[in-house]
Amino acid sequence: MKAKITITLKNGVLDPQGAAIENALAGLGFDGAESVRQGKVIEMKLAETDEAAARAKAEEMCKKLLANPVMENFAIEILA
Amino acid sequence: MKSAVIVFPASNCDRDIAVALEQATGKKPAMVWHGETDLPDADFYALPGGFSYGDYLRAGAMAAKSPILRAVIDKAKSGAPLIGVCNGFQILCETGLLPGVLLRNANLNFVCRTVTLKVENTQSMFTSGYSKGDYVNFPVAHHDGNYFADDETLDRLEGEGRVSLRYVDNPNGSARNIAGLISDGGNVMGLMPHPERVISPLLGGADGAAFFKNIVEAVS
Repeated sequence: MKAKITITLKNGVLDPQGAAIENALAGLGFDGAESVRQGKVIEMKLAETDEAAARAKAEEMCKKLLANPVMENFAIEILA
Repeated sequence: MKSAVIVFPASNCDRDIAVALEQATGKKPAMVWHGETDLPDADFYALPGGFSYGDYLRAGAMAAKSPILRAVIDKAKSGAPLIGVCNGFQILCETGLLPGVLLRNANLNFVCRTVTLKVENTQSMFTSGYSKGDYVNFPVAHHDGNYFADDETLDRLEGEGRVSLRYVDNPNGSARNIAGLISDGGNVMGLMPHPERVISPLLGGADGAAFFKNIVEAVS
């Protein structure tokens, strides 16, 4: 199965890169784009064939390495 | 006093801190590669600055999971003195030995200049040679030095006197101007500025020489 893991900064954590992107968008004339936040996406293939088992493994990866709970949240999508 | 420096791929202040420790202790420190699993017996351990593993994923994240870090964490938990400078501080936060995290600098700039720091706490072995309110000048050189923790953690750190160094003129957006922290056990310190880069007037300053000499005296 495939896992797609989206890691985002928690609310309240300063995101200067998001702010810089927001400024650049405004400079290009994209009005009304607010609260821009930058995160990251990690994709992988997993050997598990069961969705629940794949999700459990991806969650363990997030907790042990992929996300830092002090500043980040993560969301996992399991794709066939 | 015996010391050891952990070396990661893309550490770049490992030799600087080795020279600083040799100057302070009179002995060359052991250099320990990140892939090792056992630490040599030493009285003092150091995680150097640099960009371990290219700062991939998050600064310090990969190094915190490297084989040698399991041994380092065990040593620190048993009370061995351990310092992390710059990337070493980021690694200490990623291991959980110190709370919080170092975010991208608030102004997005890589800051590389000498900063003035105020010594806030003199209870630990790392700063016992100073008086509260002393000032030292150390250089900073980082892109991810913006210390962040939630307010509850920050209040606890302040209440327990664990903020050891504070920026006089905050270069990176760090919460409460925090430049250096002590662990709850008092034997682990992380700081973003580089005392190991100013150990001789020839290098632009000698405040770092006194910093390491004080630690050696406190540990010995």
